[in-house]
Amino acid sequence: MSVVTARIPVQRRRGPRQVWQKHPSVVIGAAMLTVTVLAAVAAPWLGTIDPQAIAPFNRLEAPGAQFWFGGDLVGRDVYSRTVYGARVSLAVGAGVVVGGLSLGLAVGLLSGFVRWIDQLLMRVMDGLMAIPSILLAVALISLTGASLQNIVIAISIAEVPRVARLVRSVVLSLKEQPYIEAAITSGTSFVRILWRHILPNTVAPLVVQGTYIFASAILTEAILSFIGAGTPPATPSWGNIIAEGRTVFSIAPHIVLFPGLALSFTALGVNLLGDGLRDIFDPRFVSRK
Amino acid sequence: MLTTILRRLLATIPVMAIVAVIVFSLLYLTPGDPAAVLAGEQATTADIERLRTSLGLDEPYLVRFGQWLGGVVQGDLGTSIFSRRPVMDLIVQRLEPTIALTVASLAIAVLIAVPLGVVAAWRSGGIIDRLAMSFAVLGFSLPVFVLSYLLIALISVELKWLPVQGYVPIAYGFGPFARHLVLPAMSLGIVNAALIARITRTTMLEVLNQDYIRTARAKGLSVRRVLVRHALKNAAVPIVTVIGISFALLISGVVVTETVFNIPGLGRLTVDAILRRDYPVIQGVILVFSATYVIVNLLVDLSYRLFDPRIRA
Repeated sequence: MSVVTARIPVQRRRGPRQVWQKHPSVVIGAAMLTVTVLAAVAAPWLGTIDPQAIAPFNRLEAPGAQFWFGGDLVGRDVYSRTVYGARVSLAVGAGVVVGGLSLGLAVGLLSGFVRWIDQLLMRVMDGLMAIPSILLAVALISLTGASLQNIVIAISIAEVPRVARLVRSVVLSLKEQPYIEAAITSGTSFVRILWRHILPNTVAPLVVQGTYIFASAILTEAILSFIGAGTPPATPSWGNIIAEGRTVFSIAPHIVLFPGLALSFTALGVNLLGDGLRDIFDPRFVSRK
Repeated sequence: MLTTILRRLLATIPVMAIVAVIVFSLLYLTPGDPAAVLAGEQATTADIERLRTSLGLDEPYLVRFGQWLGGVVQGDLGTSIFSRRPVMDLIVQRLEPTIALTVASLAIAVLIAVPLGVVAAWRSGGIIDRLAMSFAVLGFSLPVFVLSYLLIALISVELKWLPVQGYVPIAYGFGPFARHLVLPAMSLGIVNAALIARITRTTMLEVLNQDYIRTARAKGLSVRRVLVRHALKNAAVPIVTVIGISFALLISGVVVTETVFNIPGLGRLTVDAILRRDYPVIQGVILVFSATYVIVNLLVDLSYRLFDPRIRA
């Protein structure tokens, strides 16, 4: 089969330089996210000590030369805990993006193609959307016990309705397109239509939606840990470092401040990346909330 | 109008029914034995069995669902495992602080976001627009509790203008009530303003490109009148919609803000229930919040008629 490539007029190749000039937020966002990823990966070599090591003389110590971010309530090093905390946040973010997108994709495709199940699925999604995501996660975690895996599942479920709606609207609008109708008429198999025509069109909106999900997932994990329904205390995560520092905030604000900044920095990077990608791809249907 | 309201109210029943089914079924869908998880690690077999009976987990799913739903419809949300008091009573007791915080935050969010979005769109590409949109991205990224602590550090600890935390019921005087509410409502309001500001700007940009806006300006109307009476009114439907949607965000924020500021509302009730593994309370709070969300969005739907006479829903 010969493939005829349509010539797209005046579309020059986008080099890194063009991306920087036209969409600086992609570059800035990606750079910020890279900083967090590097910190998470290289945590043991960044001048950290054991994040669980207790040094009583370091209790509530203010940030200084030896302990950069100071000490916490029991004398653990806040710097080491913050650096290691990046691992939890990124793992949860990545897990929820994979979980939420794949579940949402499945529901959305089913809903877009199988008419009799569409109404039912969409009503269930409406119901799920009416439940505040934090509370849904709280309920799931209080029933299953707090573990990283359960947190990822709980947050993913809360993200499913938005992804499902997005995929469904892509499918429904594509089904009307003449080239899809032509493919159906000429007897192209369903799997092939799905693979060649439908899925590629969902990639751009899903990538953008995925970045928003990532940002919202790391914030949700922090909130869950903060209110005591998140990462177990044995693992340092930004949310539970802040939760532990909460009671002594007025005398030792640094315990809350540094993980809080790390969290905001990472979320900001991901959001900037998402906004930039949205400008590049310009997908319809994507909604932030 | 009355029939419209009634019809719309009836239309929310399927959504609420699905919410009820989901909230109820969570107990059964989760892997493992929920009675054992809720009873905690130190529980004896007898404790677990007692809990199983009191939650009705020993009965068939449908029977139990029927009983539970029958109760919910009559305002009976079950009994707290921890305090053994009706969940409905616990919720009613905690309602005032949460309503006060939600209303105040929403008001602050709208008062910040709408003017900001309007000005940003009017002067799009300018310095105000850039600042406003940076603020919006920051708002998406700043967790409520981080902003709360920054505000506490600055306004309560450094400047000593406002109390660090706590809540005073409105019955004890409006002054103390408001002084305690300002910081939590500001934190939550600022964070929630981001989404609303962004939608306001986008919608206003579209409306400002319309011919009738140019006509209005050409016939000599003031900028202010054109922006508010001609543009904002026509941009209102998407803005009001996003305010309704952002209500879900607000509810999550309330849970966190109440924890930070030690406000004895529904959020605190939920957080305490998590620590005590008091599932009926969590279930009850979810139902109440979800119902509120559905009703708020019903009101949003009905409000469309105020802004756009073409909508006769």
